[in-house]
Amino acid sequence: MRDRSWAHGAYLAEFASADELSRAVQALETKGYRLMETYSPVPITRGLTYRRSRLPVIVFVAGVVGGVLSYLIQWYADAYAYPIDIGGRPMNAVPAFIVPTFEGTVLCAALAAFFGFFFIARLPQPYHPVFEIDGFERATVDRYWVGVDAGDHRSSPDLTPGELYGLDALRVVTLEAQP
Amino acid sequence: MSAAARPLSEQPARTDRLALMHGRPSAGELTDHLLAPLWRSSPLWWLLFALSSAGTLLLIATVTYTVARGIGVWGNNIPVAWAYAITNFVWWIGIGHAGTFISAFLILLNQRWRGSINRVAEAMTIFALVNAAIFPVLHLGRPWFFYWLIPYPATMNVWPNFKSALPWDVAAVTTYFTVSLLFWFLGLVPDLASARDRATTRARKIVYGIFAMGWRGSGFQWQRYRVAYVLLAGLATPLVISVHSVVSLDFSIAQLPGWHSTIFPPYFVVGAIYSGLAMVFVLVLPLRRAFKLHDIITDAHLDALAKLTLAMALMLTYSYVIETFMAWYSANPAEQYTYLIARPTGPYAVVYWIMTALNVGTPQLFWVPRLRTNPVVLFVASVGILAGMWMERFVIIVTSLNRDFLTSSWHTYAPTWVDWGILAGSIGLFGFLFLLFVRFVPSVAISEVKALSIQLSAARPARATSDA
Repeated sequence: MRDRSWAHGAYLAEFASADELSRAVQALETKGYRLMETYSPVPITRGLTYRRSRLPVIVFVAGVVGGVLSYLIQWYADAYAYPIDIGGRPMNAVPAFIVPTFEGTVLCAALAAFFGFFFIARLPQPYHPVFEIDGFERATVDRYWVGVDAGDHRSSPDLTPGELYGLDALRVVTLEAQP
Repeated sequence: MSAAARPLSEQPARTDRLALMHGRPSAGELTDHLLAPLWRSSPLWWLLFALSSAGTLLLIATVTYTVARGIGVWGNNIPVAWAYAITNFVWWIGIGHAGTFISAFLILLNQRWRGSINRVAEAMTIFALVNAAIFPVLHLGRPWFFYWLIPYPATMNVWPNFKSALPWDVAAVTTYFTVSLLFWFLGLVPDLASARDRATTRARKIVYGIFAMGWRGSGFQWQRYRVAYVLLAGLATPLVISVHSVVSLDFSIAQLPGWHSTIFPPYFVVGAIYSGLAMVFVLVLPLRRAFKLHDIITDAHLDALAKLTLAMALMLTYSYVIETFMAWYSANPAEQYTYLIARPTGPYAVVYWIMTALNVGTPQLFWVPRLRTNPVVLFVASVGILAGMWMERFVIIVTSLNRDFLTSSWHTYAPTWVDWGILAGSIGLFGFLFLLFVRFVPSVAISEVKALSIQLSAARPARATSDA
């Protein structure tokens, strides 16, 4: 499941605590809603479930590539392109090359984790429809929101806001579909 | 008096004092309290900022003088080719290690107390590394050619020699700096979003908004964020061990008595974390007082940090003993002379004995529970440990070099005013960067503290204390 862009419009409900949000999410799932997203100032433990992240695989591959590349650069520099014989020591000096190989592995893996995250989370993203909502600033402070896509097969403009109020929402906001 | 003999009424008082967080402020109050330093300044801040700016100017002046005149303006001379510059380099890099230890190691071990101090510790790492990087580059003699250390296809057709320890240092330090910076920024994103959403002026909203990258705290973002954060923690953890090990290899791959020792990598890593923990105290204690963070950085944090410091001190003491024992046991006259005669009785004997007293003696105070939570004792002891660890690197470097194999080449090293100016200036630069950090960046991980607060409220209040 992807992060929602609310292109078809949405109904968003505000709650005062993580517990109330968790209960609301469960209730909405039982009612049959599927296209949902939550917004919270802290990660919530009982929220929506998402597809397993592929980031660990990307990081692992980047680490292996970084390690191999680091070793190859050293081999190319000191054993192939510019070999210097110092006291008859081997040109391809495996123990000496291990240190930069290790560092290259960690560096590439860390860069992949960092940039991979921002790519997957589609950040930086200066504009998102939720930023239009008055008081949504508190979603990074002390308020918890759940949004239901207007394109969800269960959504209806007459029924959904009422159902959200029924879950003890402080208020419900309707986002129009994006032109 | 044993714990069992105490009247029952006293016990809750002590456990309460060691709670991870005092009071249960609302999430809004907590956010505003932790963001407050971003919106207003104080006369104390300006005073410290003026002092550290003066230190930074001193650094700029002495470095410019060094580059213009050459490193002959320092006290180094053959055989003491490494002196203050490399001492400062090893000292600053070591200080950085505690930051990564606290932020990466402790998250993998699920230590919840790290959340209140990890941001400060990570910032300390980055600023310590900025300082550390100055010294080897200056020591090159022609610092404008530092890029010759990086492997790139040059028209000269020359490549760096990776069998030397210098390119290892370049790889280790640049990797460490990059990973620390990425980890720090990733941790900051949700808090920068809080700062954006609480900003008092439009200009601040825009600036924090740019750095917050459009974070909106969606469930999807949080889930991916946690994965990336733990992955970066896992990647930073081996760096805690590896960076100072690589630095120690600069010494131990040489054949010099006093350097040529297999204990060096673990010995350096322990010393690094030890000095870094002392620096954490030096930064956190004033910060806690100035920003009234006593409810968030509690005695439990000080107690845990002091215990860690004591553990590191014991491991370091063990390294001192084994290093000396091995020199004697090796039956090598040069090794025996360096460790058993030159260091304890030579021209730098005073530094050697002060170093031993500070590094081995001071932390023994932390056996007493009451002293582990006394800010004054902790601060003074930490300054002592930092001085002691600087002297340790000085003793390792200078006493091993100054008495060369031939007595005719012996040379006693003395620093010049430029050496002192650069050392004092680098402390000024560290303070300068740190002050900017506490003023413009949330210095406590707000979202982590809020999550902890929710967790502690959910648990029974009496149970919450046992986590300390």
